[in-house]
Parts: sequence; C-alpha cells; structure tokens
Amino acid sequence: MMRENDGKRLFIVVTGTANLASICALCRRAGVEPVITSNPDALYGADYALLPGVGAFGAALSTLRKTGMDGALAGRVAEGRPTMGICLGMQMLCAASEESPGAQGLGLVPLCVEKFKTAMPLPQLGWNRVEPQDPDGFIKSGWAYFANSYRITVIPEGFGGAFATNGEKFVAALEFGHGYGSPRGYRGRNAPSLLLCQFHPELSGAWGLDLFSRWMGLCGQGRQS
Amino acid sequence: MSGTAVRIVPCLDIRGGRVVKGVRFKSLVDSGEPAILAKRYENEGADEIALLDISATLEDRNTALDAVSAVRGAVSIPVSAGGGIKCASDAERLLNAGADRVSVNSAALRDPELISRIALRFGVQCVIVAIDAAGLSAKVPGTAGWRNSTQDGIARRWEVVIDAGKTPTGIDVCGWAKRCAALGAGEILLTSIDRDGTGLGYDTELVAAVVQASGIPVIASGGAVAPRHFLEGIKAGASAVLGAGVFHRGELTLSDLKGYLAENGVEVRI
Repeated sequence: MMRENDGKRLFIVVTGTANLASICALCRRAGVEPVITSNPDALYGADYALLPGVGAFGAALSTLRKTGMDGALAGRVAEGRPTMGICLGMQMLCAASEESPGAQGLGLVPLCVEKFKTAMPLPQLGWNRVEPQDPDGFIKSGWAYFANSYRITVIPEGFGGAFATNGEKFVAALEFGHGYGSPRGYRGRNAPSLLLCQFHPELSGAWGLDLFSRWMGLCGQGRQS
Repeated sequence: MSGTAVRIVPCLDIRGGRVVKGVRFKSLVDSGEPAILAKRYENEGADEIALLDISATLEDRNTALDAVSAVRGAVSIPVSAGGGIKCASDAERLLNAGADRVSVNSAALRDPELISRIALRFGVQCVIVAIDAAGLSAKVPGTAGWRNSTQDGIARRWEVVIDAGKTPTGIDVCGWAKRCAALGAGEILLTSIDRDGTGLGYDTELVAAVVQASGIPVIASGGAVAPRHFLEGIKAGASAVLGAGVFHRGELTLSDLKGYLAENGVEVRI
C-alpha cells in the first residue's frame, strides 16, 4: 500500500466527544498518518495508539467499555505496546476520579484523580512550565498547554514523569516502559512505551510537536509546516 | 509564579473568509487572510488564536468554517471560535472544523442552559461565554446627577449587551458572569463596548469586578493598543488579554508586547 509518509500510523480511539482535528493536524505536521478507530482489534494490533480525551470522566469511560476499547487498551499497556494518553485520556487510565464519583477507571495507574486544591481560577487554562523529574529523561522541560480542573499529584512507583505547578505541584506527564522497568525494550532507547500527558501536545507548539515526534520514533521537531 | 502564564490572544474577526476589524462594531476594514495572519501571530509568540465569525449570511458562515479549518491546519496552538452559535450543534460544527474551544454570546443569554449542554458534552474547558458589557450610569443618591465612573464611592455597574452591540438587556454583567460559571462556562471573554476600538485601554474596573464575581478565568478585551494597557488588564486580574486591530495594523508585535510584560514582572511564555 502506498503511503505519503514513511509508514508510521497512529491509531486514535474514538471517545465520542474528543475533538480530533487538532490531533490530526499534529500528525500531519509530524508526517504521521492518523487512523481514527472504534475497533478494539485494530487498536490492539496497532503499532502506535492514542487515547485522546475531552469531556467527562464517567461518560468517556462508559463509551470505552461499550465499544470494548477498555480491554484493548489494558492489553496494550500490559504488553508494553506504544500507547499515549492525553488529558482525560491520561486520567481514564487511573483508578477513579473525583469528577465522576463511583465511575471506575481503567486502573492501569494506581491513583485517584482529584480536583486541584488551589485558590487559582479553575479550569487551569493556558501554558505552564513542565519540569521533568529526570533532566536526562524522555520529557524535556518546556511550555505546554493545559486545560484541566482535575489532576494527580504523585508519580507512582515504577513510573517516570514530569511536574508543573498551578497553585500546587501536580503531575504534568507520566512515562512507563523502556528505561522504567519494561521487560521488552519495545522501541527506541528513550521513548517510553506508555506516555501519559496531562497537557495537550497537539496544542503545545514546537515543543509539543518535538515530544510527539520523538515518541513516534521520528527524530524530533517532525516535518515543519 | 504559581500558575499558568498570562495568555496573549490575537483576535481575528472574520467575514466572508477574510479578517476584518470593526471599530465600535462598525466600519469594517479588511486585514487579510486568516490562516496566514494566525501563523504569523503564532511565530511572534501568540498563546492562542481567537476567531470571531461576524458573518451576516449563511453563505458567509460556511466560509467561516473553512477559515477555522485553515487556521487549525496552520497553527499548533489553541484556537477558539465563536460568533453566531445558537445551539450545541453550531458549536459542534466549529469544533469539528478544528476549533478547540467555542465562545457563545447572545444565544447563551437567551437560553442559559446552552452553556450546560455544551459543557456536559465537550467539557467546561471548551466553553467560553463572551459578554459584551456597557457601563451603566449610576444615579447619585439625593441628586438628579448621573455618574459613569467611580466617583464619590459609588460602585460602577455594567449591563450585558447582545446581538453584536445592538441590544441592551439591562442584565447586570457581574451577576450574569457568576451564573455562567455556575452553568459550566470555563472562561469569560469580556469585551467593554465603551472601550472597543477606542484605543483607551481596557476597562480595568470592569475586568476586576468580573474576575471577582465569576471565579473563572477572564479574557480582557476592548480598547488595548499600548503595552501598558495590556499590563493594566493583567494587573486587574485577567488570565488572558485580547487584542485585534493593534496587531493587525502592525502597531505592536506580540514579541515586543511579551518582552515588555516580562520586564514588568509578568510571567509570559517566551
């Protein structure tokens, strides 16, 4: 099959409410072909998968369960297949969220998501400094765009990640996989198999494009528009 | 600094697929191609692009959707779009075209539940309520006199004006802003009609009052042309500051503005 790029494809989970135009635009900038799917088998078998997230925790999870995507995602994460989650897509991998009491998360990150404990206006809307826990790690420091009222504050045992501050320190990103205990070293030396971003790389300018391109195994910055 | 950087937001008023800029919502002047202008602003350091569709006809509305798509493809920063949203499906069309957030104005005042419907479906971060505010002259007790600025300790009040500045409603701006937040608005885009296009700077008392009343982020809009105007809006509590004509006419570049703000102790993304 002829492709217009070097063949890298990103399978994007349909969650019903997420606006995918920005993510597709990011893919085009990076020279990656976006494939939007609601088929669990296609998702499970994909080289790269993305769980986007806009909307509410409980509603988005019930959509995932209805379509069987929850199992496909859990399988991918367990096997160290490259999987990214953005914003609510990160939070849905946690155990639960204050946003939707009683709704069960996918539980792949053993934490509860809670509302920011701050006097700052919520939602947090705008650009914030991301500081990696490990300065030599995969995530580099820089400005990222956030749009969230809920967050986690701890990087769990076995994970790497980055922090930002919005009235209080919170987790800007989590990484897990190669370099963080993955048995398989599934891909490139630095890229984690699981990358969860509380920020929106697709809206975070050149810094977001660089992070995404490196995670996709392309050499940083992508194809500049 | 303990939160997000203040956002500088160039606003593109779009009619017939072109950027225009109204002065006091009248006399429109063509300023160019939306996607080209948006990309230029991103390169100069814009933190977000606001698109406002001021079309009057259905044909122009469809052209505006194309403009949203073109801008989305051109920039890798957030894009908000508004103008003429009457229902949740209008909002959805703009989101599908590539907007990350939508702003609702007149329709939200007529049907406040519209805010909740969009917020429930797409999340609160997605919903901006645009409020056009006009100062009300306060009657000075015991006299026949009227004042329209803070004098003699009399607090100023503002009323919501809808339909692109044409219909005064008598509704108190601060009360409406508070209700918007409760209904699920993620941000207020606050335009002073009295200042818009005048170059006199933001109505900072209005900004401070709405920041206080709403408890959600506020984008200050209307009247800023000089770097110090933007600084004043930020000091009044705005989370973001919006400008249009001043950027389109090339009187002030975003990078110069950000440099000025940084020198004055404001955390900006540089």
